[in-house]
Amino acid sequence: MSNNLTVKDRLAIDRVHMPELDAELRSRNFEEVNRGLTQEEAVREAQRCIQCKNRPCVEGCPVGVSIPEFIDALAAESLPKAARILQGDNALPAVCGRVCPQESQCESKCVRGVKGEAVAIGYLERFVADWAMKNADKLRGDALPAATGKKVAVVGCGPAGLTAAGELARKGHKVTIFEALHDTGGVLRYGIPEFRLPKEIIDVEVDRLLALGVEIECNVIIGKTLTLDQLRGEFDAVFVANGAGLPVMLNLPGENLKGVYSANEFLTRVNLMEAGRNPASPTPIIKGNSVAVIGGGNTAMDCVRTARRLGAERAMIIYRRSEAEMPARIEEIRHAKEEGVEFVMLTAPLEIIGNNEGWTAALSCEKMELGQPDESGRRKPVPVPGSRYEMPVDVVVNAVGTRSNPLLTATAPDLALNKWGNIVSDDQGATSIPGVFAGGDIVRGGATVILAMGDGKQAAAAIHGYLNGGV
Amino acid sequence: MYEVISNDILAPNLHKLVVRAPRIAPVRKPGQFVIVRVGKGDERIPLTIGDADPTAGTITLFIQAIGASTQKIVAIPAGGHILDVAGPLGKPTHLDNWKRVACIGGGVGTAVLFPLVKALAATESKITTIIGGRSSQYVILADELAALSETLLITTEDGSMGRKGFVTAELSELIADPDRKPDAVFAIGPVPMMRAIAELTRPHGIETIVSLNPIMIDGTGMCGGCRVVVDGESKFACVDGPEFDGHRVDFAGLTDRLTTYRDHEAALRHAATECKLVTGVSNV
Repeated sequence: MSNNLTVKDRLAIDRVHMPELDAELRSRNFEEVNRGLTQEEAVREAQRCIQCKNRPCVEGCPVGVSIPEFIDALAAESLPKAARILQGDNALPAVCGRVCPQESQCESKCVRGVKGEAVAIGYLERFVADWAMKNADKLRGDALPAATGKKVAVVGCGPAGLTAAGELARKGHKVTIFEALHDTGGVLRYGIPEFRLPKEIIDVEVDRLLALGVEIECNVIIGKTLTLDQLRGEFDAVFVANGAGLPVMLNLPGENLKGVYSANEFLTRVNLMEAGRNPASPTPIIKGNSVAVIGGGNTAMDCVRTARRLGAERAMIIYRRSEAEMPARIEEIRHAKEEGVEFVMLTAPLEIIGNNEGWTAALSCEKMELGQPDESGRRKPVPVPGSRYEMPVDVVVNAVGTRSNPLLTATAPDLALNKWGNIVSDDQGATSIPGVFAGGDIVRGGATVILAMGDGKQAAAAIHGYLNGGV
Repeated sequence: MYEVISNDILAPNLHKLVVRAPRIAPVRKPGQFVIVRVGKGDERIPLTIGDADPTAGTITLFIQAIGASTQKIVAIPAGGHILDVAGPLGKPTHLDNWKRVACIGGGVGTAVLFPLVKALAATESKITTIIGGRSSQYVILADELAALSETLLITTEDGSMGRKGFVTAELSELIADPDRKPDAVFAIGPVPMMRAIAELTRPHGIETIVSLNPIMIDGTGMCGGCRVVVDGESKFACVDGPEFDGHRVDFAGLTDRLTTYRDHEAALRHAATECKLVTGVSNV
């Protein structure tokens, strides 16, 4: 295929469809749903890009990937070049190509979307990243810059920490990541299910960082094993990205019944500990025949689709607003529906009812209707009088949200926090303590992988400036 | 990797492991625990740090081999390795200026009690330690605790060692004696024991601290699986505890949540036994 196409030729190409596993089949296994494009499909999709001058897509990317450039290389079937451009801008492209909400970021800005469908930037990113993983031998290893002699500690091995570590290592700084859990990846590993992000992808992306000289020490809980002050003493700068690892409780009667999980617990058991998906896993999980997941975000979708795969006949999303207000990605909602998930909208949980042995037996709910817009701009749900009813369930998963984990901040009294306990930082990630930067969910509360990565990239640049005698 | 320096058997299924953990040893405080994962794919198990040697960079773990995972830990010989040891986790024990303290350990709870008695022994408090077990072979750390306490009392259910009966009987007598009545009681052991002790001390207004060991995964407050109701409010044992005011703990709720995976655990134990039988046959 030649890349010598006129704009008219390019406009004539229709957007590619992502091949998916059959919904019936996949709703009973943990295999990745999106199968990825073939090279022919990817190149053809890349040729849909008209290489417009303004590059609005780059503006829409929190890590500023050189999107038109890598797409142009792909359109010309110059895969090593495409891979180098992408990996140079993005520490975790195979992750972003799978979990980023492109439809509200890069693709939402694409000029082709004005009169039709945007270029499938996310699919192309994934294709190039996957090609790079399989063809690492064809890619020259990054020539590492001379060591600066500066040491940086990164707290947390999730998307923000991994991104910052990669950026800093490429600048010649010695980076050590401290991770509280026994494995790498943070929320990528414990939170996002295998069917959306296979764990081997995280392993490969982490290996690439290790090859850059990044060190990762697991089982170190900053705030317990070491304090922030100790890190400040041992390192020239610190980047805190320890995430929003604290579940927000429902505070409903019955929340402590057996069979009631926080999303973090439910997903950690299945994703990190492999409960219910690896017969050899010693970690148990209550699978449930009728599972109610409370919440409407991506985490709720991950939980409900996991519940289906664990064998639930009925897997339901319980959400107090309507589908239009759901924060979950459109693709996640569509996939969940295809997999047989029931969407119980305009419904708020009131109480979890147990049987006489303390097991979850039913969820008491009431119907809601949408009233006036609230402070978030979304129409506020108000209860419909007399609409209370019970639905039989045996597992309830609370996916209403998370807050910042206080273990580190509780032992760092000089670190300024906001009223929700999040670390206060400027738009470069600088905190109230010189040399200490922060980003990701510990600053934002529960947000997205890509925003955390954007923070990691910003902070790495700021840390580099700081280490070179800047502010 | 964390090297096992020594592995001694203290009682049937009770082992004392000294493990190299140089980051944890110097900072751990009495009352804190670690999460241990023997190898890839294994469970994360919370274990109280029994003791530590900051100079040698080692911690001591007392492990009762009751489940498949704990059996795997105690099977590691000296010189072997544990893949993951994370900590120290949880809040340290709060020590006050008590005149008299009763420290009560039941079964493997005695091992959890040990670091606490050691910490109290360094204060002005006079310590009466009461330890109990099903029979003499389940009574552990008696000599070590005797050395740290003013008085050590032992009870066994079958009377094979010390007084026949339960630790509560000794505590009742202590409370009834104005010269020996404690200002504070630490109770660590099976939930029914801690509950009984809390009920015993409640009418006397004696401060009673219990150490809880609910179902846990990460140990950092991330999952909330270890939640327990204290004074009507959900608390996470891993970060808010593991020690709580025994008069405010909802023991009924705790007992119930502890049965969540009972069937699963029974199946694992069964599988572990079957495996042993197979090994036994092949060795013949």
